[in-house]
Amino acid sequence: MRVSLIVNGEAVTADVEPRQHLADFLRQTLGLTGTHVGCEHGVCGACTVRLNGVIVRACLTLAVQAEGARVETIEGVSATGEIAALQEAFHRRNALQCGFCTPGMLLTAAEWIALGGGPDRAAIRDWLSGNYCRCTGYQAIVDAVAEVAGTARGGAP
Amino acid sequence: MTLGRFDRPAGGIGAALARPNARRLLVGRGRFVDDRTLPRMVHAAFLRSPYAHARIRGIDLAAARAAAGVVAVWDGVEIAAEVAPFVGVLTHLAGMRSAPQPALAHGTTHWQGEPLAIVLARSRAEAEDAVALIEADLDPLDPVTDPEAALAPGAAAIHPALGSNLCLERRIEVGDVDGAFATAAAVAERHFDFARHTGVTLEPRSCLYDWDAGDGRLTLHYSGQVPHMMQAVLARHLGLNEEQVRVISEDVGGSFGIKIHTYGDEIACAVAARRLGRPVKFVADRFESFASDIHARDHTLRARAAVDADGRLTAVEIDDLTGIGPYSVYPRSSGIEGNQVVNLIGAPYDLPAYRARLRIAFLNKAPMCQYRAVGHPVAMAVMEALIDDLAARTGRDPAVLRALNIRRDDSYPATSLQGLRFADLSHERCLAELRRLMGYDRLRAEQAEARARGVLRGVGLAMMVEITNPSPMFYGVGGAPIAAQDGATVRLNPGGDIHLAASVTEQGQGTDTVLAQIAAEVLSVPAGRIAVSTGDTMTAPHGGGTWASRGAGIGGEAVLQAARALAGQILDVAGTILQTPPERLALRDGHVADATGAARLSLQDLARMVYYRGNELPPGLAPELVATRHYRVTDQPFVYSNGAMAAHVEVDAETGFIRLLDVWVVEDVGTILNPLLVDEQIRGGVVQGIGAALYEECLYDEAGQLLNASLADYLVPMAAEMPDIHIAHVVTPTRSSALGAKGAGEAGTAGAPAAVLNAVNDALRPLGAHLAQMPMTPARVLRAIAAARDGAGA
Repeated sequence: MRVSLIVNGEAVTADVEPRQHLADFLRQTLGLTGTHVGCEHGVCGACTVRLNGVIVRACLTLAVQAEGARVETIEGVSATGEIAALQEAFHRRNALQCGFCTPGMLLTAAEWIALGGGPDRAAIRDWLSGNYCRCTGYQAIVDAVAEVAGTARGGAP
Repeated sequence: MTLGRFDRPAGGIGAALARPNARRLLVGRGRFVDDRTLPRMVHAAFLRSPYAHARIRGIDLAAARAAAGVVAVWDGVEIAAEVAPFVGVLTHLAGMRSAPQPALAHGTTHWQGEPLAIVLARSRAEAEDAVALIEADLDPLDPVTDPEAALAPGAAAIHPALGSNLCLERRIEVGDVDGAFATAAAVAERHFDFARHTGVTLEPRSCLYDWDAGDGRLTLHYSGQVPHMMQAVLARHLGLNEEQVRVISEDVGGSFGIKIHTYGDEIACAVAARRLGRPVKFVADRFESFASDIHARDHTLRARAAVDADGRLTAVEIDDLTGIGPYSVYPRSSGIEGNQVVNLIGAPYDLPAYRARLRIAFLNKAPMCQYRAVGHPVAMAVMEALIDDLAARTGRDPAVLRALNIRRDDSYPATSLQGLRFADLSHERCLAELRRLMGYDRLRAEQAEARARGVLRGVGLAMMVEITNPSPMFYGVGGAPIAAQDGATVRLNPGGDIHLAASVTEQGQGTDTVLAQIAAEVLSVPAGRIAVSTGDTMTAPHGGGTWASRGAGIGGEAVLQAARALAGQILDVAGTILQTPPERLALRDGHVADATGAARLSLQDLARMVYYRGNELPPGLAPELVATRHYRVTDQPFVYSNGAMAAHVEVDAETGFIRLLDVWVVEDVGTILNPLLVDEQIRGGVVQGIGAALYEECLYDEAGQLLNASLADYLVPMAAEMPDIHIAHVVTPTRSSALGAKGAGEAGTAGAPAAVLNAVNDALRPLGAHLAQMPMTPARVLRAIAAARDGAGA
């Protein structure tokens, strides 16, 4: 099937198999390998991308479902600088080790901040619970998100 | 340690330097195996056994071979023609046995998930389609799924040639154990049960093999910790010279010991790549990860400990039975975990008598092998639970009983009854620091107040010893192609930058960063001017890679020595150029400086003179600006780390839910190379230990069917349930190296299960309930409470 969509601001048209999920489409057809595939059943969150402004599991979304949609991946939001403050806080606080969960974690965290979520640590932990990390123990991730969320709200980090 | 320096470079030893190589991971530019696509590449998928144990009567591959996109399909017999089977025994573990393991099963299949046939197709989807068309005629056999039944007299042997299902038995007896128990003032005895669990690396096992028929070379793009071991394994079993095999490990999406073993499906991909002359990629999906990654733990133990009237430990006795898979895993063997359980029991304490029996049984379940903190969580949980029992029985505070029995900080060197040679440990200081950090006395007062309100809160302590920085006595002595020494090559480049190549590897813990920090410290250049290369057998010195917490301690020492040698080379050249004795020169801030500290020559100018304008040098001078050094631990089998940990929990007696309130860790990893990295590595380890304590379990039924092989059914810790983890350090550098670094990677995983177990039992104490089984699921908590209630009413 032919699909046309906007990926990271760029118009894309491609032929896809109806069964191909969005994560494989982004990775294999477009070479956007920053979106990672961890479980392919919608649990781990490594494949999180934005579809029409809302985060989704790219492994539970078929490429054909993205017809006419806007998709942003880690490559896109990195290029625009939109999540630079989060990336900087993650880096400074070592909120990643192997980095496999990181793109999905960042997109999930970015939505928390975009929705006006504050620096409350328990609320951030709850929000991030759909994104698994096996390396860090989560604490530095929570610290980084709380810092940026606090700054975004105009409070002290 | 004294490095004889004037001042400190940016990002030297001890700096909380953020990892330079983390930046590309943050912008989606990681380089994981599945991110790489090669021309003409095909994808592998496997038919896996649906039975735990079955005779293979025949496999019909015809329909699969005719399917769209399929390039080749082979069964176990066809793959076996080109790859020698492997036998996972270590000769120094006396009496260990295993059977030859084929890459793909043929004749008989021995666990549910064992690969039976490989399909190579243009896409993974087409390969999976074809797998569904394979007709396997399997005759189910009785599976052996219980370790006790596996070793019962007359039990059918999984491998008839071995005669029984016993892989290894070991006994230790030192001191008068029977006498100690006969005269004890108090005895604690429990039956412990530790479930199987697995590593759940977020990036599944991945490999990409590329056979170049032109120069007869096999390249493996590898997600794993041990490039040189894999080079040796592939060469040995595919009949190649080691130099024909190149292994390249770039970004690795979690490993934790999972990606350190020989997996038959991956070896079959190597055979397929050579046979097809095309690159072959295999990335396990999550279901096959659960069914084919190595599992860990799976121990049942009877354990008891005795104290005298003064509260001093007089004896410990354990009987550990552990179930592994149908094969001991190659080449590290599946004997190390049990061996480390019996070796580490009681390690923090001064024990006068010890008896242990270890039995390792083959089962028709997924292979079991070394996963993070091998054996430690079992040994720590058993001993620490017994200590808490003894404290309760003798009316002593658990912290006080520990303080009474731990090895004294001034008692080293000391040798345990199991023969472990301890040095430079700090149990007394760690326990004291832990009490301060957690506010132990305040917590006890709050606990009493909570109990008065009917709230069940508990505090659990654990003392730890961790095996790190292994010497050749770990694997090499037993015949495994695994280096205990590691190397580093440090080079000054014409631009004044430093290139560092090392044989230890990076999986996100920050290996590359701390190696750069060590070189920066010695050479007095900013860490940012040091480019680090690891993971490639073509460019790295030969070494063991990163496991058993050896990257910093062994790899780091090699870097320290290589950087010192390079510094000497630089000063020798500078001495000639500057007409000054080298001993009156030093490296400072990217320059050669004189005794007053004044800069005389920049490293860049020196290097350019050597590389570009050698005509300006005296004819007799043959400068070298590159040095390689290797390091291995020689004076003892291991370097031990130690620490103390505590957990604070609240248990809901109505639902059985356990809420983690806080965790505290005091750890002595010797010289701290980078506090930012070591703290988060310890936290990550704690969370994996909490997973084992509360959530993670590979559930099998009696037929050997794995019941929860998905991330929806197998629970791992999520952000919401995890507490904040407070960390402090005691620093006792190991005197076995100039760097003084001990391993840090096992600490959290080793101690957290013990601390959480003791905290839960402390919370349940008013109800008279007790758990000795992990994971401590809500159902098990409720059963323990009900058992206590029924027992009290009887």
